[in-house]
Amino acid sequence: MRQDPAHPHVVATGGKENALKVWDLQGSEEPVFRAKNVRNDWLDLRVPIWDQDIQFLPESQKLVTCTGYHQVRVYDPASPQRRPVLEATYGEYPLTAMTLTPGGNSVIVGNTHGQLAEIDLRQGRLLGCLKGLAGSVRGLQCHPSKPLLASCGLDRILRVHRIRNPRGLEHKVYLKSQLNCLLVSGRDNWEDEPQEPQEPSQLSSEDTEADELWASLEAAAKRKLPDLERTSGAFQTRRRKKKRPGSTSP
Amino acid sequence: MEKAGGSRKKGLKRKRAAEEPQEAAVVEDGATDSGGQAPKATAFPPGFSISEIKNKQRRHLMFTRWKQQQRKEKLATKKKLKKEREALGDKAPPKPIPKTIDNQRVYDETTVDPNDEEVAYDEATDEFASYFNRQTSPKILITTSDRPHGRTVRLCEQLSTVIPNSHVYYRRGLALKRIIPQCISRDFTDLIVINEDRKTPNGLILSHLPNGPTAHFKMSSVRLRKEIKRKGKDPTEHVPEIILNNFTTRLGHSIGRMFASLFPHNPQFIGRQVATFHNQRDYIFFRFHRYIFRSEKKVGIQELGPRFTLKLRSLQKGTFDSKYGEYEWVHKPREMDTNRRKFHL
Repeated sequence: MRQDPAHPHVVATGGKENALKVWDLQGSEEPVFRAKNVRNDWLDLRVPIWDQDIQFLPESQKLVTCTGYHQVRVYDPASPQRRPVLEATYGEYPLTAMTLTPGGNSVIVGNTHGQLAEIDLRQGRLLGCLKGLAGSVRGLQCHPSKPLLASCGLDRILRVHRIRNPRGLEHKVYLKSQLNCLLVSGRDNWEDEPQEPQEPSQLSSEDTEADELWASLEAAAKRKLPDLERTSGAFQTRRRKKKRPGSTSP
Repeated sequence: MEKAGGSRKKGLKRKRAAEEPQEAAVVEDGATDSGGQAPKATAFPPGFSISEIKNKQRRHLMFTRWKQQQRKEKLATKKKLKKEREALGDKAPPKPIPKTIDNQRVYDETTVDPNDEEVAYDEATDEFASYFNRQTSPKILITTSDRPHGRTVRLCEQLSTVIPNSHVYYRRGLALKRIIPQCISRDFTDLIVINEDRKTPNGLILSHLPNGPTAHFKMSSVRLRKEIKRKGKDPTEHVPEIILNNFTTRLGHSIGRMFASLFPHNPQFIGRQVATFHNQRDYIFFRFHRYIFRSEKKVGIQELGPRFTLKLRSLQKGTFDSKYGEYEWVHKPREMDTNRRKFHL
């Protein structure tokens, strides 16, 4: 599921055997746009659907999806056709992550083999590949203005690549666990911000309030509060563990 | 007159080798000495190498002479160095260590530090945790690719004697993705598939069962029991000990844990059998021995059992699904094999 950064009430969803649907949270119960599957292939078989990642293109209503059947598709809700406007394929392995480049004309996709590719959305062709990852690509994010791309995957290494002139690896960091998701922070000097000393006092005040609340309620069922505040305060890094559908890790 | 003596030894050869860089003094000595020989002194043009002589016999001769000279010089420098070392005694600088590829290995940043908490936490919550917590004991299914030939079948039988609590089943054209749910329902913990090509086993797929990683290896240099020289008698039913050597990086750690989870926990030392997985330069050597301690420090070993070499091709998260599974590590030859000093396991 992905939220449109331009319109926060517009949300797109998709999944395995679940076609792309665009919902308006303020609007009706029905989806605003429901995509239709492509035509049957040359053997007259139904093409299966498996949307892995969705991105909204800026300055238009278009959406790009990448599928587990190594396809990249562009949908346009404004056009009368519900089928994808453009379809491009890359590789032989499921595409797991996608991000838009700062130019706005291309996307970078990554697959389960660790191959990263930049695909042009105007013509649907491959612009170039990025080398280096050895494991499945789980998270990709481009810098909004500079031609930099951060990628993370199951090979436990966070890499920063340069997308153009010339295309290559800028920096890599070994982080000791399998990385699932990454976020490029907009704040400069996030380490210097005086967040740390304020946090414990806030935490303790919240905890005491919560304790009072619980004490005042009758003990209908004994349940411990989940320790969410404490763990999110401790990890000031840019790693966030997101549970992905279909993953079997605990 | 050392030079004359030397020149007389090669006097016959001198007649043939008319072109030689010689000083005039030596020529005169030779001339006055034997009289019958009249070697001509020709000066070589500068930058001349022995390989430019067209006549094979003469070229060979010049080369052997040059080689002898080199050997003499080398021996002389060695002797001089040895004398200097003895003269210095205790103050001599330490002997330089020769460079080997293992010495010069590029430092891998994923090398596991034994005190690392994050890695310890990671390993306590991964798929092998239930084995290392002694909650499950291994039960292994060994099978092959379809229609195996004799070598592969014999290798499977021998492997099943090496790995305790393992069962060999024929693969009669069954798809792995259908075998796996059946194995899980019958409580198997691991699946080994030996792939065969042109009547020899050449690949190994090791899949940890409930939802564990699948490793795909290239197998080479397979020797069955009858091909091993000086081997001992057949292995007994005792549970062997395991040795895992040199699995230093994080990937190596995962693979090492995978191998360890094939064998039951408590080795029976009465059996004196040991299975070794030795990793060197990304090749894993499997050996199975029986040892006996003749004294405190002396051990005798007998090799039993099959022997093979494995090289990791890919490690996939989840059970076997080569098309839609997610890979944790894939061997990419054009990107990873560019440096001879860099290894990944």
